[in-house]
Amino acid sequence: MNPDGITAAVGESRPRIEGRLKVTGAARYTADVPVAGLAHGWVVTATVSRGRIRDIDAGEALAQPGVLGVLDHRNARRLNPDAGQYFGPDRSLPLLQDEVVAYAGRPIALVVAETPEQARAAAATVRVTYDAEPHDIEFSLAHPAARPASTLFGPEADTGDLEAELAASALVVDEVYHTPEENHSAMEPHVATAWWQDGHLHALDSDQGPFGISQVMASLFLIDPERAHIRAEHVGGGFGGKTVCGPQLILAAMAAEHFGRPVRVALTRRQVFLATGSRPPTEQRVRIGADADGRFRAVHHHAAFALSPLAEYIEWCTEQARTLYAAPAIRTELTAVPLDLLPPCSMRGPGATPGSFAFESAVDEVAERLGIDPLRLRLLNQPEVGPVSGRPFSSRRLVACLQEGARRFGWAQRDPRPRVRREGDLLVGTGVAAVAFIAGVFPSSATITAETDGTFSVRIGATDIGTGARTALIAVAADALGVGVERIRMHIGDSDLGMAAGAGGSRGTTSCAFAIVETAKALREKLAGATTPVTASVDTTPLINWRPDEDRYTYSAVFAEVTVDVATGEVRVRRLLGMFAVGRVINPLLARSQLIGGMIGGLSMALHEEGVRDPVTGRLVTADFAGYHISAHADVPGIEADFVADYEPQDPSGFNGLGEIGNAGVAAAIANAVWHATGTRHRTLPISLGRVVESVAAQDRPQAVGVA
Amino acid sequence: MTDNGRGEIETRSEISLRVNDVDYRVAVDNRRTLLDAVRDDLGLTGTKKGCDHGQCGACTVLLGGRRVLSCLTLAVAAEGAAVTTVEGLAGDGELRPIQEAFVRLDGFQCGFCTPGQLCSAVGMLAEHAAGWPSAVTRDGSPERTPELTEEEIRERMSGNLCRCSAYPSIVRAILEASAREAVAG
Ligand code: FES
Ligand code: FES
Repeated sequence: MNPDGITAAVGESRPRIEGRLKVTGAARYTADVPVAGLAHGWVVTATVSRGRIRDIDAGEALAQPGVLGVLDHRNARRLNPDAGQYFGPDRSLPLLQDEVVAYAGRPIALVVAETPEQARAAAATVRVTYDAEPHDIEFSLAHPAARPASTLFGPEADTGDLEAELAASALVVDEVYHTPEENHSAMEPHVATAWWQDGHLHALDSDQGPFGISQVMASLFLIDPERAHIRAEHVGGGFGGKTVCGPQLILAAMAAEHFGRPVRVALTRRQVFLATGSRPPTEQRVRIGADADGRFRAVHHHAAFALSPLAEYIEWCTEQARTLYAAPAIRTELTAVPLDLLPPCSMRGPGATPGSFAFESAVDEVAERLGIDPLRLRLLNQPEVGPVSGRPFSSRRLVACLQEGARRFGWAQRDPRPRVRREGDLLVGTGVAAVAFIAGVFPSSATITAETDGTFSVRIGATDIGTGARTALIAVAADALGVGVERIRMHIGDSDLGMAAGAGGSRGTTSCAFAIVETAKALREKLAGATTPVTASVDTTPLINWRPDEDRYTYSAVFAEVTVDVATGEVRVRRLLGMFAVGRVINPLLARSQLIGGMIGGLSMALHEEGVRDPVTGRLVTADFAGYHISAHADVPGIEADFVADYEPQDPSGFNGLGEIGNAGVAAAIANAVWHATGTRHRTLPISLGRVVESVAAQDRPQAVGVA
Repeated sequence: MTDNGRGEIETRSEISLRVNDVDYRVAVDNRRTLLDAVRDDLGLTGTKKGCDHGQCGACTVLLGGRRVLSCLTLAVAAEGAAVTTVEGLAGDGELRPIQEAFVRLDGFQCGFCTPGQLCSAVGMLAEHAAGWPSAVTRDGSPERTPELTEEEIRERMSGNLCRCSAYPSIVRAILEASAREAVAG
């Protein structure tokens, strides 16, 4: 196993390989790479939510110093209207093609100049007039345009006789939950630099998967896929927001071609909010019927999300209902509501994050109304096999997460009554939530060369957007080759490295690790007796079992303690503990960081984040970090994330992804803790000051004061 | 824009910048921020632009030892002052204690906010050592240097957003490095 006498790298905590570059400012992100002859594009976005452009008057802009020109639908090149990505054709991708405006924030012109200041100043002078049409951004589950969502992720669940089981239940919880539009807000705004050479498109782009993006660009520009070369060496976060082909790249490529020189398009922070997709708002009705002893009889989760008519999309909120608990009858329904908005974009823990807020809040309401400990209720309803699929689980360590978490958190000492713990003006409460997050791999390919100097060059189109993929994959390669990590040269972040899964769906590292392990195996066979260099390549597409006979998930249990200030309505998280079952952990130091980061994202969602649109104009009014608060240092307490021992049998190395599960569950745990503190259920996120103050004030009327 | 006396509008100025102990003479657009000047004119791209708006802290540099948001500082206004960027934090190939602690304790993920966090931490430690209180300091009397607790660090570092949310490790790294930083100065 280990010819070099090297101890296994997988399982060891190691700092990031690029750490030194990142703390000295030497790591080059997209906008840091100098390119000779660079021109700068400044985006002009639409200010109406629906309508037609009557005129774009760029006369003044064109007369300004340094301005090379203005691209809009009248002079831009044609793009393939059928280009698309994961969910099929995306009609929002072809920019500057016609005068139609389908959502506010749509890029409608690009001013290109020698310097960013010139481009910006000129863009401010562009006069756009519209023939506005009435828009509709009023999201609700009952919207007349609501339709069943795509079933690309599988058919809806419908087992047992739901209505009969509900009728036979001692208790039925039937509540509606809301989550708002939320923005990924990676700290690096979307930026791309593009140039053309001999019919080839070259671009540096801030994205989560340069290979996939190169395929979309090739399709959009109708060029041979081999002619699109996209690089993303260091990426300043993504969280899903950079999984789709972004307007920065499309516009930079169009302008580079038009003006015959390299062009950089950097979205401003405001434009990131306006012109790139967000997590859509959701409205979710959950019905749970239970016997008096707490056993579930019926589970019904009906979730609706907003999308755009321009592209298909799935916010799969109903995943928890089909796998977390056993019940004789389970039904899921997913509804899509097309509105005059830009297409949404998967955001960390898509579906599971808003979905588990609703579902795990409803489960808590069952516990509350039956007077059963919420942890015990969850343990009581654990399934033996997939409640809907009927298949066994490949590994299911959720009970271990719940029990170990409860032990560390001190759950046994918890007084179940709400609103009985006061510390001065503060009410104190604790809450719990459980999560199941689907796991698996996407096809990827890797190439490994055994070099003559004894090193191994590993080439794989992976991306490290802060996940630690580069460092993790080095450890995986070292173990698979049976050598020390110092002998691995890892090359990632370039579409020319071959087909590979992007950093998304909690599958980037697992998919790439699988490809590396298989390639290492092939290389070791070839190496026997051969003279170096020797190269092996493997594409995992034919190796993936798409219909495994066991359900593959990762799990978590989240415990939260909050304080609620009765006077101000401020909710603060005092403690947050997450226990995770995520397969074998490659690098505990980095994995813990990623999970803690996810948990803070969940905290931020629970308490702060809310995209608000002006109903009159349809425009996002929270398009900066003043209007859209994301958790800052002072919002974040000490947070603990840890693992229960786990091994995924469907992966040759026992791995599963963990990029997203950290987010899910946290909002429900916090909301449940807020109920425990105040006696009030918050079914709408975020649990902001105003919402809390109103409900606390209602409770604080003399007759309603709780036991202090 | 200024009139140069000949009726022409001057939109550029030639200025001297002293960055990381190196003197530069550059001609900049008067509208150019210090952030864009260090990045694009001096090629010091370690300093990052997260919002260009004074709302995220990614662009934090030290100006005369004090933390400033370089996106809200015009380059022409920084003429003559000593600027320190992330590239200037390490001495002669050696990481300085706070940088070493960030790497070892994983005080970042994507690393995009990191240059700002580091510069901000160095400036913050100096403010603290000078006895400046913060909003969470209980006893703000000038004779007392407040104890550097996790709560103090969180409060004082709240201008530096990190969407990867490496916050707990950042705080740990700052706390751990603070004593050695004080010596390193
Ligand atoms: S870039 Fe200066 S504060 Fe955000
Ligand atoms: S490390 Fe990614 S934003 Fe802080």
